[in-house]
Amino acid sequence: MANSAPSSAKNPILEVVEMKSENEESFQTFILHDEDHTLGNALKFILNKNPDVSFVGYSITHPSENKINLRIQTTGKPAVDVLKQGFKDLKQMCAHMLTTFDSSTKYYKENQQDQSAMDQSS
Amino acid sequence: MSHIKDMRQKVQLTEHTVFNVNSTNFPGTYSDFDDVWSQERFEERFQIDIISLSETDMEFDMVGIDAAVANAVRRILLAEIPTMAIESVAIWNNTSIIQDEVLAHRLGLIPIKADARLFEYKQKDAVEPTSEDTLQFSLKIKCTRNNVSSDATDPNVLYKNHRVATKDMEWVPLSGQEHLKGIRPVHEDILITTMRPGHELIMDLYCVKGIGKDHAKFSPVATASYRLLPEIRLLREFYGEEAELLQKSFSPGVIKLVETPDGQTMAKVANARLDTCSRNVFRHDELKDDVSLLRVRDHFIFSVESTGILPPDILVSEAIKTLMGKCQKFLHELDSVNIGKGKHKKGGKKN
Repeated sequence: MANSAPSSAKNPILEVVEMKSENEESFQTFILHDEDHTLGNALKFILNKNPDVSFVGYSITHPSENKINLRIQTTGKPAVDVLKQGFKDLKQMCAHMLTTFDSSTKYYKENQQDQSAMDQSS
Repeated sequence: MSHIKDMRQKVQLTEHTVFNVNSTNFPGTYSDFDDVWSQERFEERFQIDIISLSETDMEFDMVGIDAAVANAVRRILLAEIPTMAIESVAIWNNTSIIQDEVLAHRLGLIPIKADARLFEYKQKDAVEPTSEDTLQFSLKIKCTRNNVSSDATDPNVLYKNHRVATKDMEWVPLSGQEHLKGIRPVHEDILITTMRPGHELIMDLYCVKGIGKDHAKFSPVATASYRLLPEIRLLREFYGEEAELLQKSFSPGVIKLVETPDGQTMAKVANARLDTCSRNVFRHDELKDDVSLLRVRDHFIFSVESTGILPPDILVSEAIKTLMGKCQKFLHELDSVNIGKGKHKKGGKKN
């Protein structure tokens, strides 16, 4: 599976772009391998919701390169911590989406069964 | 204030332009709103209502979520949920008129009823198929003449096996796959090719696990899309002919005509959800300044059509799980490797 392959030196999952002129933890560009707009835009949204973030944006460097560059500039906190928080928030959000979706489908299916049982008995 | 609220929550459709398309509810944009991410606030507002659900189709409302995340779910449905599909074909004999490569491509697109969650991805360098990563079908069929002496012209009467369909594909369990049940093409009547007497097909078909990003044949959905809930505001009352014109400007069922106590007909919004947002109403000068068309930015009406391999509700929950898995993957990576901080810590001054 391409998107759950264990990390190895050959296939990095996450990298940091090293900038000579920058020696600042709060300004960083990350490379997310094997990702596209699906995660990039969701991540941009959740990071934009964080008041510690002064800028976040992502780009797909080239259509044939399967990676995105994610730029984070914060008001002081290390960019890595902010990124980690972003993933945590997004994950927690998904967890709630999943439970809500599952309970909604369960509720719908039960109601449908009740409905058809009523139709049969009448 | 209500103007600001509309700007934040609604997309406005006007005659020539669409306003307030992008989400602006981020901290720092508005002074009177707290837009900082809060899981509690999200959970309070977030809601999913199932409108309809069948073996293949599903419609549901997802309310209280940003387009970025709703779109991630949609994109994952299309391209990142694994299914099994025919990936390689060993052609021992093909004397039909359809070329080998075209036939192989056609076979690849056939949806195979098998739960891909029970299988592994085939390793790139692996040559031999294993019971964990491959499903095998065989297609062996020969067209012959039917012994009818009459002057029949109907090929169904004249020939045997002249229509090769998915029902002719036979699943060949590999050793270790005996416990699997119901492995078959989703539909048994997909036409693969037609033949004439003497034509013959002998082929082995190998299915592997894959995702839609790699090839569309692996996509588990026929379509997965969403639209925003329309909202229609009538800024004044419309009576008589004007009311009827207004009704005609929208899709059927959107506007209803009600009788007022003094015997006039008056237009009311009955069900904005049915509107296709054609904006036809703006073609009428007498109406256009008094109707406001909006869409609720965080109310997504999802429509998912499965190819029949997995039911749509399973697909959506798998999509959400996949998005969660992506976050988990990077969290794990961030925890296991000291990314981004290592270089600076070596400097020795920061703790």
